[in-house]
Amino acid sequence: MLNFSKINIIIIYFIFLLISFFSILNFQNQNQPFIDKKVNLGLDLQGGSYLLLEINSDPLIKEKIQSKVIPLKKLLKDNNLEYSNFKINEKNLTFTLDNIEKFKLLLFSKKDNFLNPYMNNYNSFELDLEVLENDNVKVLFSKYGLLTINNAALKQSIEIVRRRIDDVGTKEPTILQRGEKRILVELPGLKDPERIKNLLGKTAQLNFRLVKDNDEFGVDKLVSEIGEELNISKRIVMSGENLIDAQPNFDNQSSQPTVSFTLDRLGAQKFGRTTTDNVGKRLAIILDGKIISAPSINEPIISGSGIISGNFTFQEATDLALLLRSGALPTPLNVVEERTVGPDLGEDSIKSGVTSLIIGFILVIFFMLYKYKIFGLVANLALIANLIMLVGVLTILEATLTLPGIAGIILTVGMAVDANVLIFERIKEELKTEKSIIHAFDIGYSKAKITVLDANITTLIAAIILFAFGSGPVKGFAITLGIGIITTLFSAYFLARHLTSMIVLNKKEGQVNL
Amino acid sequence: MIRNIDFSSKFKLANILSLSIFIISCLFILFKGLNYGIDFKGGTLIELRAESKNINITEIRSSLNSMNLGDVNIKEFGKKGDYLIKIEQKTTNKNKLIPEIKKTLINNLNAEINFRRVENVGPKVSSELLQSGIIAISLSLAAMLFYIWIRFEWQFSVGSIVALFHDVIITIGIFSILSLEINLSIIAAVLTIVGYSMNDTVVIYDRIRENLNKYTKLNINELSNLSINETLSRTIITSITTLLALLSIFILGGEILRGFSFAMILGVLIGTYSSIFVATPVLKLFKVSYKTLEKKEEKIVP
Repeated sequence: MLNFSKINIIIIYFIFLLISFFSILNFQNQNQPFIDKKVNLGLDLQGGSYLLLEINSDPLIKEKIQSKVIPLKKLLKDNNLEYSNFKINEKNLTFTLDNIEKFKLLLFSKKDNFLNPYMNNYNSFELDLEVLENDNVKVLFSKYGLLTINNAALKQSIEIVRRRIDDVGTKEPTILQRGEKRILVELPGLKDPERIKNLLGKTAQLNFRLVKDNDEFGVDKLVSEIGEELNISKRIVMSGENLIDAQPNFDNQSSQPTVSFTLDRLGAQKFGRTTTDNVGKRLAIILDGKIISAPSINEPIISGSGIISGNFTFQEATDLALLLRSGALPTPLNVVEERTVGPDLGEDSIKSGVTSLIIGFILVIFFMLYKYKIFGLVANLALIANLIMLVGVLTILEATLTLPGIAGIILTVGMAVDANVLIFERIKEELKTEKSIIHAFDIGYSKAKITVLDANITTLIAAIILFAFGSGPVKGFAITLGIGIITTLFSAYFLARHLTSMIVLNKKEGQVNL
Repeated sequence: MIRNIDFSSKFKLANILSLSIFIISCLFILFKGLNYGIDFKGGTLIELRAESKNINITEIRSSLNSMNLGDVNIKEFGKKGDYLIKIEQKTTNKNKLIPEIKKTLINNLNAEINFRRVENVGPKVSSELLQSGIIAISLSLAAMLFYIWIRFEWQFSVGSIVALFHDVIITIGIFSILSLEINLSIIAAVLTIVGYSMNDTVVIYDRIRENLNKYTKLNINELSNLSINETLSRTIITSITTLLALLSIFILGGEILRGFSFAMILGVLIGTYSSIFVATPVLKLFKVSYKTLEKKEEKIVP
């Protein structure tokens, strides 16, 4: 085990130098990166916000099931099916039917089925039918129908979230899908997440609807921004989808902040027609079910642009413009987990983490020198090499260093010497029986190998499981612990062994003192 | 250094001790329960720093009580002027909770207050985090069992698992007794303890296996003693270096890592003890001898 061929030595040190090179990259000039790779600091170290958002698809399902009412009734009527007790519920439609079998055939027909399309990719229809007692039936979305609605909503939500966050202009945000209903947002360096949370908390569905004079059929009663109760027509003149741009602005006369918007061609047409036909009436601008303002139409607006005024502060106008530009979320988002660390706490954490790393390192180094003298020095060199390589591998992987990650490095320092301790103790034992020192070292290394491997694989298993199940900072701990084990094995079995062999082979018998 | 300590004669005493601490730990976990942090219970956590140092907990508490937030827990956190506030989850949706608390505190205390850290975990997420923590620990135990079963004989596998359960339960038990908070980093610590304790056990088991083949005439008591003594200096040295590193984190690593490093220090001490006084006696219980090893070889060779 002590003989190294030249080629082996070259390979070992080449690997070591190559990996070490990457660790140096972290200290290079920020502006002119030679190779753009470095260890990222986790949100707990550099400060920032972590948000986990969950879409709530219930309102969407309600909306979608309502959209099935007209085609369903048409289908029933066209096929002379008698129905009664038609009810629109939160997630399903129920009614009484005389000929359920015929309805089944129609509902589950694969050909030209507009009401209930067949989804080839799932081998399933969009809708399902449940037959209840007394000839009652319930039409609801199938498992895959719900999944399709959910997935589409999630994808669209991610897109809108991305647009909104990009628009605010935070640096390097991370926006990822997590599971079937969640979106993970990481905003490094963000000091106050409240504005972003506010922006993401609004669906921003914008409607223009006419104000009716009296309480007729087909109106909603809404309270306006100045507290008057208005009868708002259910018919939507135009919605936010037709907007192509929105910008904050100031009103020329009152110098109040406003939002000016530009419409697409279709929107401009619709808007033009409505405003022409309804001069003198009032048009309510409704955001997420609340009236922003309900101005009177003084003249036809055919230019395809307009102004929304309300009692905004400039910040509110800016945010509203941003929301309108980015488009509406298909469904509300809830913040189900939030972790924000201020930048000063992050700095403190780095400081205390690094201090404890240095102190722990020095303690271990002195202890090893005291215990093993010259071979303690070997173990210490291996330990330093180990740390450099650990940082190098983290750099290559562009891993994220968290506070628990630093703890993982410190723990690696403590545990990394274990491999060398195992080997040295074994050699000591062999030295008792073996006359040739070289032989004793050789046997010591071979015999300790299995134990060192067994012992480290167990910790590696723990690290892998932690990585798979851990979240956020804990994952950072698992990464450093896991990589630390691999670099430990390399430094103990190649670097330290080579150094040991140089000492042992160059000294005469009897001079080696372990 | 040649040591010859008669460990095996102390096995019985040690086992009684272990068993009683284990049972006490179980009782505490079952009846006193665990002090779950917001990671597992849900709720809001705020770490704040007051620029004027002469505010106190009572003031903060009375200020927050006026907001009617439910169960609020406030404690000093590290330096003077740093406080940690924990607010139990309320079902009402509260997107504006954090700014409101900040405003109330600044108004009532008349001091510049900086929220250094804010964490908010919803009830659904917290129960998922707890679930995945339990799965992770169970899975790691299963993986260790499997690994040892492949590398050694089943008796060794059982022995190492008994030792692991011992370590994990007692560590969590001590957290229950001292009412220390269980959060995500404690789960990380427990998993690392599992790895470390296993590591320690494997080193001794490896030596026992080697000695079983070498000294077929020795009985299990003598064999255990020999193997433990042979590996003792390694066991001690590694524990010391690991503890040195951990003590450094515990003392200098800041408030956030304190619980984690404390759990790890406990785990290293208990894990070192258990590999000698729990894992090894199990082999004696199963009457492991050199014959045990032969049987396995017969099984493998078809």
